[in-house]
Order: sequence, then structure tokens, then C-alpha cells
Amino acid sequence: MKKLQFHPCGNFKQRYEEELRIFETDFGRLWLIVGALVLFGIVPFVSSPYLLYVINMTGIAAIGAMGLNILIGYTGLISLGHGAFIGVGAYAGAILATRLGFPFWLAIPSAGLITAGVGMIFGLPSGRLKGLYLTIATLAGQIIIEYVLLRWESLTRGTMGITLPTASLLGMELIDDRDFFYVIYVVLVAVTFITVNIMRTRYGRAFIAIRDNDRAAEGMGIPIFPYKLLAFSISSFYAGVAGSLWAYYMISITSEPFSLSLSVEYIAMVIIGGLGSIPGSIFGAVFIIGLNELLRSATDLFMSMPVFRGFGLNLASLREFAFGLAIVLFILFEPKGLAEIWRIIRSNFRLWPFSY
Amino acid sequence: MDFFFHLLINGLSIGLLYGLSAMGFVMIFKSSSVLNFAHGELMAIGAFLFLVLVSWAHVPIPVAFLITLVGSFVIGFAVERVFLRPLIGEHLIFVIMLTVGLASMFKGLLLFIFGGNLYIYPDFLPSSLGITINTLVIPPVYVASSMTGIIFLVLFGLFFKFSSQGIFMRSVADNQTASLSLGVHVRRVFALSWAIAALVAAMSGIVLGIINGTNVHEITSIGLKVFPVVILGGLDSIGGAIIGGIIIGLLETFTAGYISPALRDVIPYIILVFILLIKPYGLFGLVEIERV
Repeated sequence: MKKLQFHPCGNFKQRYEEELRIFETDFGRLWLIVGALVLFGIVPFVSSPYLLYVINMTGIAAIGAMGLNILIGYTGLISLGHGAFIGVGAYAGAILATRLGFPFWLAIPSAGLITAGVGMIFGLPSGRLKGLYLTIATLAGQIIIEYVLLRWESLTRGTMGITLPTASLLGMELIDDRDFFYVIYVVLVAVTFITVNIMRTRYGRAFIAIRDNDRAAEGMGIPIFPYKLLAFSISSFYAGVAGSLWAYYMISITSEPFSLSLSVEYIAMVIIGGLGSIPGSIFGAVFIIGLNELLRSATDLFMSMPVFRGFGLNLASLREFAFGLAIVLFILFEPKGLAEIWRIIRSNFRLWPFSY
Repeated sequence: MDFFFHLLINGLSIGLLYGLSAMGFVMIFKSSSVLNFAHGELMAIGAFLFLVLVSWAHVPIPVAFLITLVGSFVIGFAVERVFLRPLIGEHLIFVIMLTVGLASMFKGLLLFIFGGNLYIYPDFLPSSLGITINTLVIPPVYVASSMTGIIFLVLFGLFFKFSSQGIFMRSVADNQTASLSLGVHVRRVFALSWAIAALVAAMSGIVLGIINGTNVHEITSIGLKVFPVVILGGLDSIGGAIIGGIIIGLLETFTAGYISPALRDVIPYIILVFILLIKPYGLFGLVEIERV
């Protein structure tokens, strides 16, 4: 029998491949299998429909957040337009499905590709700009895309929105939340697998080099502009996939949700989860969607109480406040996000009782 | 032709207002290179503070104006002290995101207190301020806002050119480490610039409130329009902010008047993208050259 690997007491790595390894110990692999079994075998059968809806939304958000993390966390390009790219993906999926009759399995990746193209267009300014200027360019992208989605009525039907046909995959119709759960989470697992591996290849390392010091990266022979565009297109591809899944799941879409506040929400996910951390993107999505739902049910609870009924509308605005507060507190007290907290907890367990 | 002049006057005064609100923004950027996404919210805070004092507490106008300015000065100071100071030297994205978080905090708080309603100040500007040229009438509000804009522009120009604090601010903007080693109190400069920026923001918020009435959503969306303005004028140029503001204001009103009112809100951003592609450091911004 193979000898199980445990965590060594120090860093005894001798070859580069050991450093690149995804699972440091066999337990990591074991936990992954157990986790996947629980996720796919138990979760969809014990959750209530509402909980399953929340879990599905979290999965979609996690796909989008992972894309944004590639852009912000790994390449260091701050984008305020991710919400609009999700919208482009949603509309691309909806238009492909209704106008051109694309089947579900084809509409999702095509929507991703279209969004990647749009993302590259708005990534063009990154050839000359960096830092603050690029952020402002993506802000402009967000507002322009929002405008186009609302006003290009012959294509997007404006404020009427688009209603999608029922999705079907391999001859089965995806009707209830459980069907979508499997689709969304299979995509999420695939996306995570791809992302982890992109980051181990030369592309991922080039992204990190650009983030850490773009001039030095260029000096070492990394063509910065193509790589920045690549980061933009990968990130928008994920956004497009997330958006089109969202459109199919919601059945009908309008341009309203894809506003600047959605972009801020995604950035919040990435920051709260942990910049430059793949599990962090998932933690962030769980945190933000959870917080959103928690605040929503709290508002509903307050609004049902006779004392607060008069403040109904105003209480909803406290959600925005709590949201901002969460971002501010994380930046001030744990800028590395939930991923760092998770790492600390894990290492405390591992080293217990001699935690130094 | 009348329509043209009407649009011209309208655009000029809206543009001056944009310029005025962009000035506070440039102020913060110039001294601490922080991109302040909460600028619109600072404007809204000022406008609502004035509203509370004037309409609800019935304080005389000049006193209310003074209290608002002092109050927002203190708020700006406190914001820097509590939220921004721990982040000195941190990565750019944290600072940007902090201001984004602050923006949604302030906005949520203002919406909680005042709701999304439109409030209107009592009419207090003397009608003799209005100017009539033939059939063309320039309302007193516009005259007042242009005058405040020009006065503040001159004041800030002098402040940056001659006062010691202004020179400190410029030195900090240019090179933080160097100015630290030359004995400039960098943290005080940051605090001061936030306080002054909040003051200017409050002022433009009040002027905006006089023209359009105060509404949280309205003012914060104008706060976002600061970005095209400052990019056009150059992120670190106060004069550029005013000129950029006027250009954007004119562009907006002429687009709304001659092409389509719906395009009005998006045209500044389309221009913004083109400027960024062609002349990223704006008309009067400092060009940073990097070579490998």
C-alpha cells in the first residue's frame, strides 16, 4: 500500500513540481472527494427549495467572482464593469436561445465567447493605461453597456426583457432547482479546475508577474498587452457563462440587475473572499449572497412588524449600508479576506496544541 | 438661435457645477492619489445637512451655510482619520474599494433617513441676481453657482500657489517619501485635503440642491459624472477640472437638445473612453512616462 503523505514540519521541497502540486497531502484529495460526494449526493436532496435557490445563486456568483479574481487578484487590473459583462452574457445567451434557437449546451459557451469579445474591447485601454485610469475606463464600460442593453430595443427588447425557452440538456428538460443545481455546480467544478490549472501554467505565472511589477515583467520578456487582453477575455468569458446560466435559471431577464451595484457586489466578493485565491472567490460568493439573503429576510421580518411598517422602504436601504460596512470592515481588518481566515484556522488545527 | 443660447447658458452653468464638484475630487487625488468614489455621497451629505438646517431647524441662511461648511469639513477630517489613515501605503485596490464601500454606506444611511424623495430648499436667492439679455433670461441660481465656482477656483489657485499648506500638498502629491524626509507632515496633509474636499463637495451639493432640489439618487449619480470631467481635464489639474466640467456640461446639454435626451447621461462616458484611448492624461494632466 502507498504511504500516506502528511504535512511536513517545514519546507523540504526539492523540485519545482513539488511546489506546483495542488494537493499537498493525500488527505486533501480525500477531503475533496468527500466534499464532492456530499455536494452532489446529499445537498440537493435535503435542502428546501428556497435554500437550493440560494445555493444555486451562490454557484453562479462564484463562477463570476472567479473570473473577476483572475482579473483583479491575479493580474492586478481593477475592473468596475464586471456586472455589465454578466449582463452581456445573460443577454447573449437569451438572444442566441430565442432568435437563433441555440440549444442550451451551445448557448452557454457561445455567450461566454461573445462576452469575452466584448470584454476584450473594453480591455483595449489597458494597452496604454494602468491603475486608476484603467479602473475609470471600465467604469465607463459599465455605464455604456448598461445603456446599450436598455436602449438597443430591436435586439434586447429594452425594458420589456426577454423570456427564455426551457433549457434542455441531453434530452432532459431542466425544470426545477435541483436540475439546475447539477448543471451550475458541474460548471463551477469545471471552471475551478480550469482556473487552478491556468494559474499553474506560464499564462497564470505571467499574470502574477504583471500584477507584481509590470515593468519588470515586460523587462523579462512578457508581452504585457496581449496578456492583459487575455486576462480580460478569460475573466469576461467566465462572466458570460455565469450570466447566461443566470438568464436560463431566471427564465426572464431585464437589464435592471446588471448595474454598477452588481459590479461592486462582485468586487466585494473578490475582496472579502481573498484577492488572488481561488477558494477565496467561492468563500466571497457564499458570504455576499448569504449576507444579501440574510439582510433581505431581516428586512422582511421588520416590515411585517406593525411598529416598523411605516419605514418599509427606508429599511431596505439599510441593506446597502450593511453591504458597504462589510466591505470597509474587511479591508480595514482582514484585507486578505476569508481565505486568509480559513488558512489561519486550518494551520491552528494542524499545529494544535503547539501552535507556533 | 434662441434655443441654441438657451442650451449654451444651461450647459455652461451645469458645466461649472460639474467643475466645482470635480474640484474637490481633484483635491484629494492631488495630495493623496486616492480615487474617491464616495465623492457624490459627500456632496449629498452637504446638501442634506443644509436642508435639515434650513427647512427643518429654520436657521438663517448664511449661518446654515457656514455650519454646513464647517460640518462637512469635520466629516471629511473624520473620514480620513477613521477609514483612510490605516490604509496609507496599502495597495491601490484596497483604497479604491474602501471608498466604494464608504459610498454605499453613506448612500444607505442617507436613504434610510431621507428616503428617495425630492426635497426643495426654500427660495432665498434675491431675484435681482438674475440677468436678462434681450429675451434670454439667466436665472439667479445659475449666476450664483457660476460666481461660487469662479470664487473657489481663484481661492484654490492661490492656496496651492502661495500658502505653505498648499505647497505641502503639492509636494506630497509629487513624492510622498521625499516630502516625508523633508519634514512635511504627510498625515496632516492627507487629513486636510480630505476635509477641504468634503467642504468643496458640500458646497457643490448645496448649489446642486438649489438648482435641482435634493434627492439622494440624483446627487450621487452626478457624483459619478466627476470621472469623465476629471479625466478630460487631467486628474491632477484644478483648472482642468473646471474646463473639463464646462466641456462635459456643454456636451451633455447640446446632445440632449439636438440629438436625443436619452443619450445625455451616457455621452460623457463615451467621450471618456475616447479620451482615455487618445490622450489618457487629459488636457492639463501631468504625463507620466514609464520606460522599460
